[in-house]
Amino acid sequence: MSRTAIDGIVRPKGARNKVLRVLLFFILGLFVLYYLLPLFVMVVTSLKSLEEIRGGSLLSLPRNPNFDAWGKAWDSACVGVRCDGLRPYMWNSVAMAVPAVLISTMLGALNGYALTKWRFRGADTIFALMLFGAFIPFQVVLLPMARTLGFMGLAGSVAGLIFVHTVYGLAFTTLYFRNFFIGVSDGIVQAAKIDGAGFFRIFFHVMLPMAPPAIVVTVIWQFTQIWNDFLFGIAFTVGDSNPVTVALNNIVNTSTGVKEYNVDMAAAILAALPTLLVYVIAGKYFVRGLAAGALKG
Amino acid sequence: MSNVRLEKVWKRFGTTEVIKGVDIEFNEGEFVVLVGPSGCGKSTLLNLVAGLETLSSGNIFIGDRLVNDIPPKDRNIAMVFQSYALYPTKTVHKNITFGMETRRVPVAEQERALKQVTELLHIDSFLERKPGQLSGGQRQRVAMGRALVRHPDVFLFDEPLSNLDAKLRIEMRTEIKKLHQQLGKTVIYVTHDQIEAMTLASRIAVMDNGHIRQFASPETIYEEPEDLFVAEFIGAPSMNIVRGRIRKKSQYVVEVIDEEGSILFPLPDRLLKPAAAREDQEVFLGLRPETITRKGAQRPSANMFSFQRAIDVVEPTGPDTMLVFTLGNIEAIARVHPEDREQAGAKYAFEVDMGKAKLFDVKTGKRL
Repeated sequence: MSRTAIDGIVRPKGARNKVLRVLLFFILGLFVLYYLLPLFVMVVTSLKSLEEIRGGSLLSLPRNPNFDAWGKAWDSACVGVRCDGLRPYMWNSVAMAVPAVLISTMLGALNGYALTKWRFRGADTIFALMLFGAFIPFQVVLLPMARTLGFMGLAGSVAGLIFVHTVYGLAFTTLYFRNFFIGVSDGIVQAAKIDGAGFFRIFFHVMLPMAPPAIVVTVIWQFTQIWNDFLFGIAFTVGDSNPVTVALNNIVNTSTGVKEYNVDMAAAILAALPTLLVYVIAGKYFVRGLAAGALKG
Repeated sequence: MSNVRLEKVWKRFGTTEVIKGVDIEFNEGEFVVLVGPSGCGKSTLLNLVAGLETLSSGNIFIGDRLVNDIPPKDRNIAMVFQSYALYPTKTVHKNITFGMETRRVPVAEQERALKQVTELLHIDSFLERKPGQLSGGQRQRVAMGRALVRHPDVFLFDEPLSNLDAKLRIEMRTEIKKLHQQLGKTVIYVTHDQIEAMTLASRIAVMDNGHIRQFASPETIYEEPEDLFVAEFIGAPSMNIVRGRIRKKSQYVVEVIDEEGSILFPLPDRLLKPAAAREDQEVFLGLRPETITRKGAQRPSANMFSFQRAIDVVEPTGPDTMLVFTLGNIEAIARVHPEDREQAGAKYAFEVDMGKAKLFDVKTGKRL
């Protein structure tokens, strides 16, 4: 429902309702505060110097804010013995997440299209089995997957990680696209068949152009999942091929030297920034995509 | 040559039989309407001709070509769907030329065909719009344009007007008929609307439960229905079907008995032979509503017969008024002039043209 449609609804008036309304917004405000407080602490701490952190309170504003800690987190903090900061691992993550997101989204779209518009015997069973994949806890597949990667010669590499994320993303991407394409009239595909288009021409020229809402939702979901993944990253990569999540853990959990809270905080924010960025850029499409099922074609 | 011939066509989905051995031939240039209640298999039959469904058994010929295993794109057909099925992300222009692009028709020729068709259908003023920005009638036109540019041998229409409002439906109906007269191509048109069937068709195929009940001109279907199903399905309001018994008085009559007494409907000469063979047996008597009027309102003829009944309900429709009365335990409808109406509950002198009465066998439902 659009905003104007809700605005017009007549609300009960009177003192009691006014009080209830104030109470409602007070509670909502409180939740917002709870939610934002950790982020506030992180940002503030990352801008302070170490002495200030040790001496001051957690919530106080920095006396002379500077980005020294951010710089250190980016290119000189030590991860294990290597002191290049997060930068190389950030690129690892990008090199892993971008192809994995694109491949799994593309394959998911193709699956969803084939499962709904080229119905074949057993399509429902196959879909049910794929859906099952969405509910498998990832710990369960660690060992078999490690063996598989070793067998394929992809163990310990970014390529191996791309493969793993593509495979385990398929369940979700297929689900999204299947649910989107099932709402598309079969007549459109039949019309395209009569127009002489084949499987792939219909997919690329008719179906895919209709699917941006599903594509955006899937890309955001996949990117968040893959970027934030820690388990596969730590299990299937070593040292230099670690994704940023693993590197962040190594920075923060280092057992030697002084604990540099400001660097840790800055590193954590840096590692989270790309997903945040994706939401900011594509957020409105995300909501639109979720609501797209309710729109008429 | 673009006649369409179906031989012993069967279609099964799993164990459900949807089309049960249909044999039918549509002539070149003919406008055939497949009509029937929902679920009778008419859309499936159309999809079989289009190649969007695979035959279970039987043969389909388009022209002299056996098309059983030929995919839709190579059958030289075009189809208009109920949901329009336009490509939502393409402009009107691209919607119409997509098929030609797929078949790698030279661009100059595409543009020429596009221009010709869009001018014919009066859609040339919004070529750059997307389907979402068009009204229902405009979308329907674009869908027809997409079909027309193919210059197909056979046009297939799958309930193309069901999604339009009443006024637009009548306009488009006329337009489709005009278009057919202009182009002279074979048209197979599916609808559940019997008025659409009557107005458009050169021949109507009435379908029920996977069978073709009758395939004939609209006049024949209306005046000489093969059986009870066709008689009841075609015509609105539908034919009054009354159970009665044939008696021999001074002539053969159908005796209808109910709470208000018995009425002896005299049978015209045309029906004497079947009546004689069924003396004292039950039959169904079929009387179309428009053959029942106020006494003296119709052109006098030898077969006029008048009777009295109380009016139960009065339903004005504008040009005519429907009077509902009880006859042999059914609610019969008479179609009278609005000025001939009476209050509900009043005794009314009806007159029926028995020359147009029909008799049906009670067991088989066949017309006698």
